[in-house]
Amino acid sequence: MLVRERITSTGIHAVLIAYSLLALFPLALIVINSLKSKKAIFRDPVGLPVGEAFSWKGYASVLTNSDFPLYFGNSLIVTCVSLFLILLFGAMASHALSEYRFPGDTFLGLYLILGIMVPIRLGTVALLQLVVDLNLANTLTALILVYTAQGLPIAIFIFTEFLKSVSREIKDSARIDGLSEYRIFFEVVVPLVRPVIATVAVFSMIPIWNDLWFPLILSPGEETRTVTLGVQQFIGQYTVNWGAVLASLSVAILPVLIMYVIFSKQLIRGITSGAVKG
Amino acid sequence: MATLELSGIKKSFGAVEVIHGLDLQVKDGELIVFVGPSGCGKSTMLRMIAGLEKVTEGVISIGGKRVDHLPPALRGIAMVFQSYALYPHKNVRGNLGFALKHAGVPQSEIDERVNTAAEILELAPLMDRKPRELSGGQRQRVAIGRAIVREPDVFLFDEPLSNLDAALRVHMRVEILKLHQRLGSTMVYVTHDQVEAMTLADRIVVFRDGQVEQVGTPLELYRNPVNTFVAGFIGSPAMNFLRADTDGNSVRIGGAHLCELNSSAGELQLGIRPEHLTLNEDGALKGVVSVFEHLGGESFVHVELPDKQTLVAKLDGELSFAPGEQCTLAIKPSQCHVFDMQGRKIVPNTHAMV
Repeated sequence: MLVRERITSTGIHAVLIAYSLLALFPLALIVINSLKSKKAIFRDPVGLPVGEAFSWKGYASVLTNSDFPLYFGNSLIVTCVSLFLILLFGAMASHALSEYRFPGDTFLGLYLILGIMVPIRLGTVALLQLVVDLNLANTLTALILVYTAQGLPIAIFIFTEFLKSVSREIKDSARIDGLSEYRIFFEVVVPLVRPVIATVAVFSMIPIWNDLWFPLILSPGEETRTVTLGVQQFIGQYTVNWGAVLASLSVAILPVLIMYVIFSKQLIRGITSGAVKG
Repeated sequence: MATLELSGIKKSFGAVEVIHGLDLQVKDGELIVFVGPSGCGKSTMLRMIAGLEKVTEGVISIGGKRVDHLPPALRGIAMVFQSYALYPHKNVRGNLGFALKHAGVPQSEIDERVNTAAEILELAPLMDRKPRELSGGQRQRVAIGRAIVREPDVFLFDEPLSNLDAALRVHMRVEILKLHQRLGSTMVYVTHDQVEAMTLADRIVVFRDGQVEQVGTPLELYRNPVNTFVAGFIGSPAMNFLRADTDGNSVRIGGAHLCELNSSAGELQLGIRPEHLTLNEDGALKGVVSVFEHLGGESFVHVELPDKQTLVAKLDGELSFAPGEQCTLAIKPSQCHVFDMQGRKIVPNTHAMV
């Protein structure tokens, strides 16, 4: 029996390790090659950046010779603000849908979740027209609004399921303690669903950070470029500065990684334990 | 501390009426227990008193002041929930003081009231723990403490012991009784457990299908149930109900005479409590033992009568019966409850002898 368990456990780990290698390989390739000279990249793409092959040139051109910090800042602003709005409005809408009964609540819930099935990119032309009409072209606001709209359906979908499971008695008890409905949401419900908030944050953050489509169309201006768009400046019509492209991509991974580490702590911890009889 | 008055309370969810006009006066300092099977409207009634459900029709007054239009926090009530409903991210001290903090009570007074409650409930060593670090009984004590701190006019308990294991439930029951004696507050306690109702209540309100079947002290309900529902609900094991015939004024089961009625009424139901049956060779109820349960101090004998009706008798723990054995039981006429076929009580003539 014990031997069998060990074999099962080894098998599971083998599969997981194999998958991790597969998933991490392209990432490793980017980071490795970002530290190599252009010649070395093409001579030996999988070689390690040691000896002659090693070069800081890519990073140097990213950090000195461009507006990269500006793009980086733009990406951070757009991602953080959109994320904040998605979490705030998503959680509040889901709380209302799961807690209150009002005419049309089922219809409203379905309507909000329907957005998952409609690819927002189909509406690009209309969105561009709208953005131009609102004088928001080439602004970060345009991106933030679009990303918030794009992220809300899935956020509401996940939140609603979890908020329904929040004990009604805790909310009732807060009502008896004299809290207003808003304070019940912020002081009782939100702390209870922190792990879910972290999950939704991770889900919503990555597509926004990585998006190329909307920055390209809605705000391609010099001042409002995001990292993904900024990388394009190293890709010329005739030459491509691969060292710089890979270096900027490597740097761009960092914030997502940091945010993930922050949120993953919450993902693991189940905070409701002990609140109600489990 | 205050009286609680409910008059003409009705509650509908959509088209479905779940409480059909309820009137009740709870005296100052009384511990009143709502009891009934699940879905009978007792919890809904409690939630209406708390202000968590709107009253469709009727008036709720606490201490002579009409409160049914007020939000829960202004009604002068505090509620203890079945699942404890503690705030998981706050420690015990935070949980106890939360309501006061929101009400803008000065910190020195919050500390004083929290410490008093902690002392009453022996929570002092646990003050810095989070709910998840407490046992079920401790959590329930914190939940009760949270109610005490608010110094309410009326305490509301919604099946507070249902989540505890049997031993702890008995212990907490005594704690709640002590608390009631110490604080002398008006309390409304909802449970589906008739033992809790019997032991705790000054008066019991028996609910069925959104209606009050009977209100009275535990002993009144035990001795004089107005119908078969109340009779079957109060007492454990439950009362036996047997089909009986009348022959003139004599009430008979399978031809055997049991007690006498002032007027003959045709077919009847006879209610006999298991603990009132005694083993007696001259008894009127002869039958065959089908099941015998040993509980140590007492034993339950399930007896099948010749006309296929069964009844349970609570007998001495020293006895022993094998299935299939003959068994003869006797009952005093004064301890027979006679009901008509609709389940309503008929007062028997208790002077007759078997």
